[in-house]
Amino acid sequence: MNTPTSYRAWLLTDAPTSRNHARLSSFYKGWLSFRSNPMAMFGLGILIALLLIALFAPILAPHDWQAQDLSNRLQPLGTPGHILGTDSLGRDILSRLIEGTQITLYIVTLVALIAPVAGLLVGTVAGYAGGWVDVVLMRITDIFLAFPRLVLALAFVAALGAGIENAVLAISLTAWPPYARIARAETLTIRSSDYIAAIRLQGAGPFRIIIKHIWPLCISSLIVRVTLDMAGIILAAAGLGFLGLGAQPPSPEWGAMISEGRRFILDHWWVATMPGLAIFTVSLAFNLLGDGLRDVLDPKDGDSQ
Amino acid sequence: MIKVENLNVWFDDGYDRVDAVRGASFNVNQGESFGLVGESGSGKSTILRAMTGLAPTWSGRIEIDGLALHGHKRNRDFYKTVQMVFQDPYASLHPRHSVDQVLGEALHLQGFRDIDTRVVKLLDDVGLDRKFRFRYPHQLSGGQRQRVAIARALAGEPKVLLLDEPTSALDVSVQAEILNLLTDLREEHGLTYLMVSHDLPVIGHMCERLAVMKSGEIVEVMDVTQLRQMQAKHPYSQELIGVSVAH
Amino acid sequence: MTLLDVQNLWVKFPNRQGVFDAVRGVSFSLGRERLGIVGESGSGKSMTGRAILRLIRKPGIVQADHIALEGRNLLNLPEVEMRKVRGQQISMVMQDPKFSLNPVMRIGDQIMEAYLLHNRTSKAQARAKSLEMLRAVSINDPERVMRAYPHEMSGGMGQRIMIAMMLIPDPKILIADEPTSALDVSVQRQVLDIMDGLVKERGMGLIFISHDLNLVSEFCDRVLIMYAGQIVEVCDADKLHDAQHPYTQGLLQSLPRLDQPRKYLPVLQREDDWQKAPIAGDQA
Ligand SMILES: Nc1ncnc2c1ncn2[C@@H]1O[C@H](COP(=O)(O)OP(=O)(O)O)[C@@H](O)[C@H]1O
Ligand SMILES: Nc1ncnc2c1ncn2[C@@H]1O[C@H](COP(=O)(O)OP(=O)(O)O)[C@@H](O)[C@H]1O
Ligand SMILES: [Mg+2]
Ligand SMILES: [Mg+2]
Repeated sequence: MNTPTSYRAWLLTDAPTSRNHARLSSFYKGWLSFRSNPMAMFGLGILIALLLIALFAPILAPHDWQAQDLSNRLQPLGTPGHILGTDSLGRDILSRLIEGTQITLYIVTLVALIAPVAGLLVGTVAGYAGGWVDVVLMRITDIFLAFPRLVLALAFVAALGAGIENAVLAISLTAWPPYARIARAETLTIRSSDYIAAIRLQGAGPFRIIIKHIWPLCISSLIVRVTLDMAGIILAAAGLGFLGLGAQPPSPEWGAMISEGRRFILDHWWVATMPGLAIFTVSLAFNLLGDGLRDVLDPKDGDSQ
Repeated sequence: MIKVENLNVWFDDGYDRVDAVRGASFNVNQGESFGLVGESGSGKSTILRAMTGLAPTWSGRIEIDGLALHGHKRNRDFYKTVQMVFQDPYASLHPRHSVDQVLGEALHLQGFRDIDTRVVKLLDDVGLDRKFRFRYPHQLSGGQRQRVAIARALAGEPKVLLLDEPTSALDVSVQAEILNLLTDLREEHGLTYLMVSHDLPVIGHMCERLAVMKSGEIVEVMDVTQLRQMQAKHPYSQELIGVSVAH
Repeated sequence: MTLLDVQNLWVKFPNRQGVFDAVRGVSFSLGRERLGIVGESGSGKSMTGRAILRLIRKPGIVQADHIALEGRNLLNLPEVEMRKVRGQQISMVMQDPKFSLNPVMRIGDQIMEAYLLHNRTSKAQARAKSLEMLRAVSINDPERVMRAYPHEMSGGMGQRIMIAMMLIPDPKILIADEPTSALDVSVQRQVLDIMDGLVKERGMGLIFISHDLNLVSEFCDRVLIMYAGQIVEVCDADKLHDAQHPYTQGLLQSLPRLDQPRKYLPVLQREDDWQKAPIAGDQA
């Protein structure tokens, strides 16, 4: 039982022997099909690296991200001691990027927790309840959808005040409506299916049906959507930072760094380009991950052998 | 056990009104197996859905186990008395729930506490090996799925089973197994069946009496000996029998 | 005269555990006749039909000694040539017409488009030809049907329209994969009569795939019985009820019958050696 092959066979079984075995087994099969997609693995690798960097930022950073050295300002790439150069205040760009990873992950995590959950709640309740509940909830969703995302976020930040937390809140508030739309559309098809009719005949109430039967089917497509949207979310946060409404100056948030570097973009291009590249890499990683997850989670493909 | 009088069911989506069932009446006795045959779209499933509250608008009188039904709300006693098996076993099981979850939840909703022992018993009842307990629907064949669906219907120990074409999505060899299982279960649990099918030989095999439906109306009620001796009175029933025997 | 000759056809699907063989060494030949393929679901009937047209999607693999259409091996044709074969020489009708017709296009436009794809003629000519085709499949009011959208058609009408579309290029072979399984018995008869007429009048070869033994025995000239990707038995359709193989017998006996009431239906007992012992397809 302890050799690797028998472990594998145990996980790949067609006849699980307990609840946990079944869960582990289907998880492992999902992992196997995810693993066979090299691009998705590449994306996952980048994100894990990012996580580790964020975790060990103080150790990894070659310099103090706040330390200014005005005699050493705007050094180009490859300067000894400052591989990615320095910014207008002589701070080491690499160290600031590393430190900024934490902020980026913080924003991404919070938005990813708030927006899809809100969208799922609104969408599934609207779709399952139907009638006036549906009409009211979907009109509200439409109102939010009608505004361009960044403009709406700007309005919220202007009302709530600048700062990362408010930026996150603003982005989440603008990000949920598409999720509500997706969740509602899926709920409409799920609602009329035979397995929902069957569980209603056992006497299940609407909350039980929504939470235990509809959510598990909506969540997978939402996860995929969220990872694909992640790039947009990072960019929105960076955009707010760039406009001076997100993270505030000394903070090494990537968008704010681009904003600072903008003034020197012609003579000292790397100051704005390096954080730009970081944003690009992370966005790409999330997109690749999302693509891979879609293959694993999409029940249409999952059903064929 | 089941009394249906002058049942009308319609679907009304603003512009078009579809009268799916018109003036249907029949009785099913305790312990009997009663069949509804007719071509697709003749309103067979709609009758079952009106009984279970899944079709919202109907008029007439439906009485099950002495209790008259109203509107589309049903109470706990109804769900304990009446259960349904659906046509397509590929669509009637939640794709993300294992057999154990499906049966466990049904038992929980029916108010049982000794769920583990009852899940095992249900699997035994429908002739599924215990190794299937933790599988997901996509790991089961069509026949095995239909057994799970039947086990779920039996969870609350109902008196009446509504069977909506329970074997028409299955191969003939698997159909034979499921029909045999249904025969056994009726005997063991003293069930009453109301079975819908477009397949006359299947109804002839399973039922003591049957009603023939055509475009929303019941054209004839007869018993199975009349059917076998081809003594149908209505021309449409005769035609239906003719086609089935020609095979 | 042999239209199509298939020798040792395999369809394989590689997967994590190894390779799954959906079709295992099937051989048969088709003349100007109605050839039935029956068997349970999953026995490889559809895969056989699709493999002839090289329509197996990746990662599936088609292998055979040859699939010869009037002596020309389809396996060696480049994809461009193959596209001409599909449609012009061999057509296929699928089980559910709803998925095969474009839902947002009028039926007439779809048929005319199909016709213009294969023939360089004027629109008026295409229109006249389309009407003729619809009449050929017993549609009485072809003008109205031409103007309609697919969802306005019943299942039987949809299936007739599909057959009409498949007939436009005047193919030599029609492969019908469960063409009537979604239809009611009376409509089923009409669709079968149409196909029957076509085989007789145009001298077409028909491969009729179905899981319904009675239907095939009534409608076809010859029947292949498939089990687990292999042909276990070939027999004349009218002698199907005297079939030799225990699998065929088992299938026939498990059908309920109005004239033989019994409490339990005999259940098919599967034996392992059915999978091992293939008979070389086409001796009948
Ligand atoms: N939800 C619905 N909305 C509108 N019409 C419906 C609906 N469900 C069924 N119908 C119509 O009711 C009629 C009877 O359908 P059904 O009872 O499903 O037939 P059967 O089960 O005999 O095949 C059909 O004409 C069908 O189109
Ligand atoms: N894309 C696929 N990958 C793997 N196996 C497949 C695929 N498509 C079909 N199969 C398998 O091939 C076998 C034959 O299928 P098919 O020819 O469709 O059967 P049928 O006789 O019902 O038409 C089945 O066991 C099916 O599971
Ligand atoms: Mg029905
Ligand atoms: Mg098939």
